[in-house]
Amino acid sequence: MIDHKALEHIAHLAKLYVSETEAQEFASQLSKALGHFEQISKVDTKGVEPLVTPSEVEAYWRPDEVKKELTAEEIVANAPARTGNLFTVPPVV
Amino acid sequence: MSTKGYEAVIGLEIHAQLKTNSKMFCSDSTKFDAADNENTSPVSVGMPGTLPVVNKTAIEFSVKTGLALGCEIRRKSVFSRKNYFYPDLPKGYQISQYDEPLCEHGKITFKVDDVEKTVSITRAHMEEDAGKSNHFGEYTLINYNRSGIPLLEIVSGPDMRSAAEAAQYARTVRQVLRYLDVCDGNLEEGSLRCDCNVSVRKVGAEKFGTKVEIKNINSFRFVEKAIDFEIDRQIDAVERGEKILQETRLWDPDKNRTFSMRTKEDAQDYRYFPDPDLLPVILTGEQIEKFRQELPELPLARQQRFMTEHALPLYDAEVLTTERELADYFEETAKISGNSKAASNWIMTELLRELKNAEKSIVDSPIKPAALGKMVALIEKGTISGKMGKTVFQEMWASGQDPEEIVKAKGLVQITDTSAIEKIIDEVIAANPQQTADYRGGRVKLFGFFVGAVMKASKGQANPETVNQLLTKKLQG
Repeated sequence: MIDHKALEHIAHLAKLYVSETEAQEFASQLSKALGHFEQISKVDTKGVEPLVTPSEVEAYWRPDEVKKELTAEEIVANAPARTGNLFTVPPVV
Repeated sequence: MSTKGYEAVIGLEIHAQLKTNSKMFCSDSTKFDAADNENTSPVSVGMPGTLPVVNKTAIEFSVKTGLALGCEIRRKSVFSRKNYFYPDLPKGYQISQYDEPLCEHGKITFKVDDVEKTVSITRAHMEEDAGKSNHFGEYTLINYNRSGIPLLEIVSGPDMRSAAEAAQYARTVRQVLRYLDVCDGNLEEGSLRCDCNVSVRKVGAEKFGTKVEIKNINSFRFVEKAIDFEIDRQIDAVERGEKILQETRLWDPDKNRTFSMRTKEDAQDYRYFPDPDLLPVILTGEQIEKFRQELPELPLARQQRFMTEHALPLYDAEVLTTERELADYFEETAKISGNSKAASNWIMTELLRELKNAEKSIVDSPIKPAALGKMVALIEKGTISGKMGKTVFQEMWASGQDPEEIVKAKGLVQITDTSAIEKIIDEVIAANPQQTADYRGGRVKLFGFFVGAVMKASKGQANPETVNQLLTKKLQG
């Protein structure tokens, strides 16, 4: 069950503002989703190794070589705010 | 160490920036002094739709470090996402390793005040670095050059009991990283970062106290100071009946104290889960064995060998193996000089002193090992005296010239020919009848006067040992 308090905690971690009505609504929606997983977790998985990835392909590791695709100007070009070639963001401290 | 019946429990998390050319998951350069956001790409600024691709060398460096720290290497380790929001982390998660790290269960041994100490390595896992924020009150500026640089986080067990042990542990880990050439170990530039977990408990208590994490420490000296401060602060708080908060504190080197930065989020708040963009890191036994074969000789082994192969005393062996480059320098010098102990003496006294005064590292020494080795050999052969050696050394330091050329140019050839020296002594005795009579009358202190006079007459070129021998004989009359 996701109660009001748990929902507020999740919203806080996700840096989301959730109104009182939304909180009610989301709590019941998330509880349903969680209930679904609870149902899945009833399956007996004794002796089954946890699955990290379903793909059996061999991992590709790239050689340690430097490549330059974009300039600093291009990287910051779409930023909502910039100072020179730095990203400008609201104060965090 | 205990104060007021308390003991400290200390564990360290060392973040080592791996010395790769490109980043952990993309091909951006890792060069330190690049222009703003110069070393970035869509992957490192977290643009949607980009995918990480593992850097092979980062894996190699991590495995080698794990092996050097006596760890077991997991054949299958998993990258996980550590979720939190901060502008220097553009994806909203850091790729790290969580429940299946690459390296586990290692240990490292070192000495603190001549007492051997072994500290366990709980784990060492791979992760990516975040960007850098600069705060300006009204706004914050972000540079993502560091975002995605490969890190190996080395976590010790809570095995240290004093600040001195913790600092020595950190120095030893740095030494191993530098021997492996996988991290340049520069605390000031941040290529090595050291977070200290400190708690206190009554001596004999089994349960740990609440731990506090100290960050922002950029020298080993500050590791020691910060931990000492924190131990005292916690003991005082407990004595006053206060509860220690689990929090992160920063070290303020100007005020010599730690201050609270934030109370710690619980581990599950990071909501770790396996990163679906990355496959597990699979290593075969052969691959791990190959990396093991490629490990260089490590500091302790090299120290032992310097004592057996070069017959150096423990102290010399310890000093000369502190840095791999210094140990290499010594071995090259010793080989050419033909006298390892003499080579060690010249390096440990003259060379290290000059380097320290000039704030140079051994790699930048104006005197190369081949030249110093040749100079020591000249002394060994008796071509020049030890005293002349000092003149030659100074000249080599200043001009970088070859010692043989300096000897030739300055006419610094030692006279070892007995008859030539005898002739000079005869002249000196003849020129100083009064002193000779006094000496023979019992004023043996005058011996020094005669040695000085003979050395002067020979323009400092007479072999001092031969002078001593012959003079003793001649003065007896």
